[in-house]
Amino acid sequence: MDSLVSQYSRPVHSAEGPSQDEHQELSQTTPPLSLQFSLPPVAQSSAWLRAMTDDYSNPNCPIKIAHGTTTLAFRFKGGIIVATDSRATAGNWIASQTVKKVIEINNCLLGTMAGGAADCQYWLAYLGMQCRLHELRHKRRISVAAASKILANLVYSYKGMGLSMGTMCAGVTPQEGPALYYIDSDGTRLAGNLFCVGSGQTFAYGVLDAEYSYDLDDEAALELGRRSILAATHRDAYSGGFINLYHVKEDGWVKHGFNDTNPIFWKTKLEKGEFSNVTADLE
Amino acid sequence: MEVLLGITGKDFTIVAASKAAMRGATILKASDDKTRALNSTSLMAFSGEAGDTVQFAEYIQANIQLYSMRNSMELSPTATANFVRGELARALRSRRPYTVNLILGGYDKIADKPTLYWIDYLASLAPVPYAAHGYAQYYCLSILDKHHHPDIDFEQGMKLLRMCTQELKRRLPIDFKGVVVKVITKDGIREQEYEDDVKVAIP
Repeated sequence: MDSLVSQYSRPVHSAEGPSQDEHQELSQTTPPLSLQFSLPPVAQSSAWLRAMTDDYSNPNCPIKIAHGTTTLAFRFKGGIIVATDSRATAGNWIASQTVKKVIEINNCLLGTMAGGAADCQYWLAYLGMQCRLHELRHKRRISVAAASKILANLVYSYKGMGLSMGTMCAGVTPQEGPALYYIDSDGTRLAGNLFCVGSGQTFAYGVLDAEYSYDLDDEAALELGRRSILAATHRDAYSGGFINLYHVKEDGWVKHGFNDTNPIFWKTKLEKGEFSNVTADLE
Repeated sequence: MEVLLGITGKDFTIVAASKAAMRGATILKASDDKTRALNSTSLMAFSGEAGDTVQFAEYIQANIQLYSMRNSMELSPTATANFVRGELARALRSRRPYTVNLILGGYDKIADKPTLYWIDYLASLAPVPYAAHGYAQYYCLSILDKHHHPDIDFEQGMKLLRMCTQELKRRLPIDFKGVVVKVITKDGIREQEYEDDVKVAIP
């Protein structure tokens, strides 16, 4: 500690802060966290992006971004459940029904995708790379707190330029135990027990909040995750496809399938009598 | 609809910040702590643009701590407030300013007096006996104008805070999930237990 302090100490009345040269050196020797992209030659990149991509105000906009999702993750005594739907939409067009919105960063860490599909895919892959580099540099696996902060600081450096993502990082490390973080493109980073993200978040929250308890057993937790996504795929037009389910345990995550919502919906309806507003008989 | 409150008294400063982290129509977290301790006698509470808030607070926190390491002494609350204001003012004229409102509570060990500073995102700095940010200003400043005295003791301070939070609970359209309460005295910063689920009747 003393050596650290002395390294950064200088006489009391010398100039505050690093000098011009030091600044130069600091900014060049440390590898930049964010990559150096060339930006469009406009004053307000976010306003320009909106003009190009906002199909709500302008249905004829030239670029349609894949959007609309339901993702959820929650902590409980048996670890963390991560569940997502699999639909990608671009405007009113269903671009895909088989998107993998859970990104396997390593065998103990998961990330989820909501918002711009390209942004999420690209930056979570980048996060995966940074996590691996951390592992190689420090000879131990990165903590979930640190991994989530890499992503949060990264998206924060692009704030106001139109990035669109809402992600969750879930993982287990020996230091932290099971940990769950929410990160979005505003730069918000929150630790918590339960998050739902995407256009279907409200529907998922509704089902999840009502029956969630930290003391859920594994089977009940998986079922609750599945049922919450099902609720969202049923009510949110921009969510659907398959239910992607993961369980993060102490010794890494376990995948619990990528299952079509349609049979699950009818099974739930016919066997449990839920979704009674949907008529099944032909009269 | 974030709530920030600050009240000074005879030998203490109370800082309260709402616990809800909101985004759009959703409360993402109901136990958010919108405060950061800068050193043993300064505490900063913040609200504003998502992302900016924590980034700015932690940047300030790191710089204040670096100052203490370099100079083997702590910056006084007044100096801290002026530093914070300076950083906010510098950022204001940059390409991307921080949109952050702050309340800085502290205890000046040299003057032996509690301090409280109100800072907004346009980098206005004002030393005040009590402070509020956001909609809490509309509800609470009138209460504090009427009931606050500079020489109140801690119990009276907490009673005042209770009056404020009850009024907010009664009249704010959105639930802010109660408040985190921190107290700064000559002995340092501590978190104060605060009962949030007291029922309030709406007349």
